[in-house]
Amino acid sequence: MAALTKHIIEIAGCKTCVRRGGSGPTLLYLHGAGGSGNIIDFAESLTDKFDVILADHPGFGESDLPPWLDNIHDAAYFYLDLMKHLNLRDVHIVGSSLGGWIALEIAVRSTERIKSLVLSAPAGLNLKETRRGDIFMWEPPQRIRNMIYDQGIAEKILSVKPTEEQAAIAVKNEFATARLAWEPRFFDPNLHKWLHRIDVPVQIVWGDSDKVFPLPFGENLQKHIPGSQLTVLTKCGHLPHVETPDRYKSIILNFIESTASTFSQSKGAAA
Amino acid sequence: MKFTLFHLMPYADLDLEAAANYATSWLQTPNTFYDTEKGAALYDRYLTELERGEDLGFDGIAVNEHHSTAYGMMPSPIVTASALARRTKTVKIAILGSALPLRGHPLTLAEEHAMIDNISRGRLITGMVRGIGAEYHVWGVNPVFSHERFHEAHDLIIQAWTEPGITSWHGKHYNHEYVNLWPRPYQKPHPPIWIPSQGSRETIEWAAHPKRKYVYLQTFSPIKSVQKYLKMYRDQCEKYGYVCDDKQLGWAVPIYVAETDEIARKEAKIHYENFRNRFLKMPIEMLLPPGYSSIESMKGVAATKAQIVGDVTLELCIDMGMFICGSPETVRQKLESCWKDMRFEHLLSMLQFGTLPSDLTNKSMDLFAKEVMPKLRVAAAATPSMAAE
Repeated sequence: MAALTKHIIEIAGCKTCVRRGGSGPTLLYLHGAGGSGNIIDFAESLTDKFDVILADHPGFGESDLPPWLDNIHDAAYFYLDLMKHLNLRDVHIVGSSLGGWIALEIAVRSTERIKSLVLSAPAGLNLKETRRGDIFMWEPPQRIRNMIYDQGIAEKILSVKPTEEQAAIAVKNEFATARLAWEPRFFDPNLHKWLHRIDVPVQIVWGDSDKVFPLPFGENLQKHIPGSQLTVLTKCGHLPHVETPDRYKSIILNFIESTASTFSQSKGAAA
Repeated sequence: MKFTLFHLMPYADLDLEAAANYATSWLQTPNTFYDTEKGAALYDRYLTELERGEDLGFDGIAVNEHHSTAYGMMPSPIVTASALARRTKTVKIAILGSALPLRGHPLTLAEEHAMIDNISRGRLITGMVRGIGAEYHVWGVNPVFSHERFHEAHDLIIQAWTEPGITSWHGKHYNHEYVNLWPRPYQKPHPPIWIPSQGSRETIEWAAHPKRKYVYLQTFSPIKSVQKYLKMYRDQCEKYGYVCDDKQLGWAVPIYVAETDEIARKEAKIHYENFRNRFLKMPIEMLLPPGYSSIESMKGVAATKAQIVGDVTLELCIDMGMFICGSPETVRQKLESCWKDMRFEHLLSMLQFGTLPSDLTNKSMDLFAKEVMPKLRVAAAATPSMAAE
């Protein structure tokens, strides 16, 4: 297992913090609203199998807030530029929550550089019958408690006081999340029309106790993406990478090693 | 010195005991708490109180906009101002203000304000605000774009009011192929513009700009903040190379007047504390949604959280100068000394607050209008303006 090394690179005029490490096929991890901080451990655990890339989205973490960032589409075009800039091919994209939504927005635009998608409780679609949790209304401790099923883990996280730097980044992430997802709230009203364009294998992962986007959101997304599969994690909330990293990791590995590689060979042969 | 009677029109009949199950009267208290018979009676009462403002000699009467809350029953100040425009003859009518960024199409605001200005034959004062944080939750508008939308909406409204004939507007948030406002505003070039604010350097720099010279109104703040921000405005004018006219400054403050200091405090206490601690109060997540304030100003928020959203007492608020309460003489003295210190032309008195009932509201209005206002007018007239000193 390798540590991720931090680089600052300029993409679309935005100074971007990119962490990279490991070797193997490329795995691009797209973090959620909480930023890259709570992903790093999990991303590092993937470096024994993959060349892992974890960037701070524009406006998040240690990346700049570029003047062009107004909505989720801008974030998607940014990542298309990033993959081109780094000359990435056959990329396995793994996205959590907001990052999963960005992954969907990238993939409906172009799967040219993408080999597969793993989506952990992604935002992106609306569901009239089911109300989503309002993370903007939850005070910080309540937010942690609502995101995690195992309250022991939640309390453990809450017992660690964030550093001043972490607190400042949390505010920055919150602002950037609102920029992308306040209205419409965590969905793009046009996305559902084009999900059929996603022609790479898709694995969806969902905690059965997700209070942010309850499970029906996952079932709905699965119906919208032809050939996608949904795996439900029992006794798990919105953050499988925090709460149950081993189960989550084995889903990612099994999926990429079996389905994704087979599919890509047949896709390649057909082309 | 000019006097404006300001009203929030709270849903004073809120079942406070049952509503205590909700953290705030904003957004989360369901509208099943609103009784239409009681609400209709309150509208009648409050509009009558404002109409009395003209008879009592106020220079202006003022309404404002809040959404989805018992704090104020005026989601549309356009409606209340329209009703007042036909029932009054001479008094100014101030909308303080319309929340520009919340509107999908700000041209509708330009139209509505122009209509009221015509109906009242030039008595309208247009206040422009962003709306408070909770309203971005209620309305869904992205708080990150609040400033952008405010400025773009303002520029569009001014264009619609001042550029004759057919123009167009193509901005980031609003697009109109045709801008051709009917009616045009009655006042030329447009109604006076007031900017109510809780205090922000950015707002002051913008409002004081020589192109605008908008009236800056410090609202519901400790007296130290009122002093700080009114001075900041004057200093900003100086930086722009002109002397601030007292007419550019205002202060909005809740006031209660009764026979003696003791009676005033006793009568006002529960109603004022209800206003502060029950009607106004909201969690920080609602007050300051992400992007509503600058990222820098958010950094200290966690540390001062208790101060921002904690309960207060009437006594504390009187001491901090957030509430003026007492006998006519006490109230006169306090206001006169504040005025001498700050020289704001406009005093906005909120004489009804929280659950204050009709009889006490009217008593306080009478005492203020008859025993405080005339003396302050005399004192102000006898003093040269700060600019002239």
